[in-house]
Amino acid sequence: MKRDLLDRLDTLRAEGQAVVLATRIADGTQGLIHDGRVVAGDLPVSETLLAAAESALRRDKSGPAEDGLFVQVFNPPLRMILIGAVHISQNLAPMAAMAGYAVTIIDPRGAWASQSRFPDIDVVQDWPEEVMTRLAPDRRTAAVALTHDPKLDDPALVVALQSDAFYVGALGSKKTAAARAIRLRESGVEPDAIDRIDGPIGLDIGAVSPAEIAIAILGKVTLTLRGPKGH
Amino acid sequence: MTTSINDPLQAAKSWQDDGLAVAIATVVETWGSSPRPAGSQLAVNEKAEFEGSVSGGCIEGAVVTEALDVMESGVPKLMEFGVSDAMAWEVGLACGGTVRVFVEKLER
Repeated sequence: MKRDLLDRLDTLRAEGQAVVLATRIADGTQGLIHDGRVVAGDLPVSETLLAAAESALRRDKSGPAEDGLFVQVFNPPLRMILIGAVHISQNLAPMAAMAGYAVTIIDPRGAWASQSRFPDIDVVQDWPEEVMTRLAPDRRTAAVALTHDPKLDDPALVVALQSDAFYVGALGSKKTAAARAIRLRESGVEPDAIDRIDGPIGLDIGAVSPAEIAIAILGKVTLTLRGPKGH
Repeated sequence: MTTSINDPLQAAKSWQDDGLAVAIATVVETWGSSPRPAGSQLAVNEKAEFEGSVSGGCIEGAVVTEALDVMESGVPKLMEFGVSDAMAWEVGLACGGTVRVFVEKLER
């Protein structure tokens, strides 16, 4: 690999762009593909390869392509949006970051949303509904409501449920979840959409402490993303 | 947020910036059960320090050794590990899978 190609790859990744690195295994010749064209490298790129790169990006799967080529996918990181700069978030945010998520925490309450409580995590002190709308969750985004406060959680959930977010979860007991479902229904959210909410949240592993609850949530998010292996 | 921690490509860049020779190993193909999917990477420097992984730890030793050769020669190499391989009994995958690993030098 040539250094200028690696630098270019790095710049595009830092910008959150989707990039594909194509390598001819026989001699190591490489080409960097971004936005349907070659942006760096010496590899002659065919229409077939561009199509293979596009398909690999869509499937988020690196692998062999024809003519002895290997296509490596660099998709932007998965995102996790947390509503509430609470104790569970202090545990979940670093765990999720370690699992490869770009984490954003939203909380309008200044005492909670202090950057010092969340080193290296993006904390936004503002109303969840507005920030959630601005962040526009896509199919590579998980949204998790953790404030326990309907006036913060509910509006954010409404936005998340209208999006393609692959996971939407909300903290609360069965009773809290049932009351939330009624409120959301009254504010016009379709029952099917309400059913998408994971709540009571996370895998049932008997979690008690904030760290354990964070593990239960991250476990469920992973299960939703990947599906079970069935062994 | 920065990119995820222990990023092998970041390690590769920073080692090269420190004047070290660097090679990058990438899983390019897998069959059967294998611990790391295609695209997984391991960066190695001339002091045999490494970052990342291409298996659950079963073949890293052999890949690091090969990477040191590739740093010298500059010629990329495709390695294969699996139970059908004669070498597999020594440096194979206990899980019974097969992987191909492409090892290349990071040129300046």
